[in-house]
Amino acid sequence: MSTISPGPQGFEAAIKPAGADQVAEFVHRKSALERMQHILHETPWLAPLMVLIASLIGFGIAVGARFFSAYALTLILQQVTITGIVGVAQSLVILTAGIDLSVGAIMVLASVLMGQCTFVYGLPAPISILCGFAFGAAVGYLNGTLVARMKLPPFIVTLGMWQIVLAANYLYSNNQTIGATQIELKAPLLQYLGNTFVIGANAAGNGGATFTYGVILMLALVLLFAYVLRHTAWGRHVYAVGDDPDAAALAGVQVKRMLISVYTLSGLICAVAGWALIGRIGAISPNSGQFENINSITAVVIGGISLFGGRGSILGMIFGAMIVGVFTLGLNMYGTDPQWTYLLIGALIIVAVAVDQWIRKAAV
Amino acid sequence: MEPILTGRNLVKRYGRVTALDNCDFDLYPGEILAVIGDNGAGKSSLIKAISGAVQLDEGEITLEGRKVRFASPIAARAAGIETVYQTLAMSPGLSIADNMFMGREIRKPGILGSVFRKLDHAEMQRIARQKLSELGLMTIQNINQAVETLSGGQRQGVAVARAAAFGSKVIILDEPTAALGVKESRRVLELILDVRSRGIPIILISHNMPHVFEVADRIHVHRLGRRLCLINPKEHSMSDAVAYMTGAKVPDQALAA
Ligand SMILES: Nc1ncnc2c1ncn2[C@@H]1O[C@H](COP(=O)(O)OP(=O)(O)OP(=O)(O)O)[C@@H](O)[C@H]1O
Ligand SMILES: [Mg+2]
Repeated sequence: MSTISPGPQGFEAAIKPAGADQVAEFVHRKSALERMQHILHETPWLAPLMVLIASLIGFGIAVGARFFSAYALTLILQQVTITGIVGVAQSLVILTAGIDLSVGAIMVLASVLMGQCTFVYGLPAPISILCGFAFGAAVGYLNGTLVARMKLPPFIVTLGMWQIVLAANYLYSNNQTIGATQIELKAPLLQYLGNTFVIGANAAGNGGATFTYGVILMLALVLLFAYVLRHTAWGRHVYAVGDDPDAAALAGVQVKRMLISVYTLSGLICAVAGWALIGRIGAISPNSGQFENINSITAVVIGGISLFGGRGSILGMIFGAMIVGVFTLGLNMYGTDPQWTYLLIGALIIVAVAVDQWIRKAAV
Repeated sequence: MEPILTGRNLVKRYGRVTALDNCDFDLYPGEILAVIGDNGAGKSSLIKAISGAVQLDEGEITLEGRKVRFASPIAARAAGIETVYQTLAMSPGLSIADNMFMGREIRKPGILGSVFRKLDHAEMQRIARQKLSELGLMTIQNINQAVETLSGGQRQGVAVARAAAFGSKVIILDEPTAALGVKESRRVLELILDVRSRGIPIILISHNMPHVFEVADRIHVHRLGRRLCLINPKEHSMSDAVAYMTGAKVPDQALAA
């Protein structure tokens, strides 16, 4: 034992001559299935995009040309506006391996607050809207603090917050709706995101691709966060925290601060959705949009974002939201019982999660 | 010569377990200090306390004569202490380049970087590729492949490359060759010697006695949460070291720290 001289040992002598600078390659023949698994792993929005295209084609065949009109297709976008915007918030949270059940409630109370500020406190509409945003961010900050600093599970924190905010919503608004005409007269800015512009209507002014400003806002938010997640350090840290928070902390990510920023941003985006909600329904109603937490989680899951965090892309989420929109409108135009929509979406959720597990399992 | 890094009376408890029990520690400039000890002796706890990954209950650490207390690994890194943890601290879903630059990303020059916060992926990939080939550990097909698609040894190689690339004052390696093959281990040992020749001292934790005796200037034998003794690898045999480490033999008074 004690005669070993420093330096490489005898059996290591064979290492060098073998060409130390040679390129080690991992040539490994892959089956078509493995290759597909690999591609889906690399581009997480691809699978939902394919499902979206397939369902568009499927309903196009089943329903006929009506379905493929620019009007019908843009109607789908309008119908998914709220879910799409809230879905951006939900995607950020789920990418950090969290979940936000309070999104819908924050959205509704933010819209109610915008109405109260304008009609009860007499504030100018822009200020009212900012109040709504500030409220959303504050609730998100509270969620984030409880999750990051108190180390409470996100599911529990946001379940509680959902109930609290929803109850506050009814108490505060006295369960009263503010009518569309009143808003139109006094504070049209609140309905601003419901304004539309039409491209390619016929001579009679019918049909054509119809976009609301809300749709544009939704698309802009999706593109913005697709950029942020891919091309900024903050975005890479979102993934790192969702992947393995301990590793991220050791590698130099300020995990707590990151989580708080994500939940705060989620709350803010929900408040933006609250503004879009006023445009979408015209009125301000404390009873609207309460299932947006479920809808946004559905879009996220069908969009291929992993509930375990760290995997997926926001583009996938918007495709997921559109898939739900296509099913809803398609089945409606086809003339079936709307329950079929829920049944099929339910099946799609389970398939999406199964595919996610499969992609993760053999990630090579 | 003054030590660059010292620890005095370090105490770290996890509930009822005392992982560090009044431990002392010294690292001198330009040396390779090996830390050896049984499983659970407290080696990882010691380096985590130094690198800010865990907070000490008692004791004092100095870096270049100044008292320091790192609240997080980020703080230790900012002071020039780079660590490869036993668990590697990699985000499996992110690419090799993303992992190497985690928390110290390079942004594009100009307003793209300053206003739009856009990362310079190309530059980070270039440097990452360069660091990996310097290490010569492996030639990875694709610097953008996710770390989870690498073998255990390749991951370890990336972690070592990351530390070697950025460490400026002290580099800490917690079992850097545990998962590596013969050839890859050899590369890491060469890298360690190379880092020392740049004047940067290294703390090397390893269970591999031949490796330890090959590269270490001094060996810190850790036992039951404290430094049992310091030995010179030129004057002691591996069997002595193992005997001290396991408690089969008690070091002379002269050696005992
Ligand atoms: N996070 C923790 N929580 C509770 N106990 C811990 C924790 N980390 C370490 N310990 C305990 O502290 C003691 C020292 O552990 P440490 O990881 O420092 O040992 P080690 O010398 O690095 O061992 P190994 O050679 O196996 O890596 C062990 O008894 C261990 O159980
Ligand atoms: Mg250890």
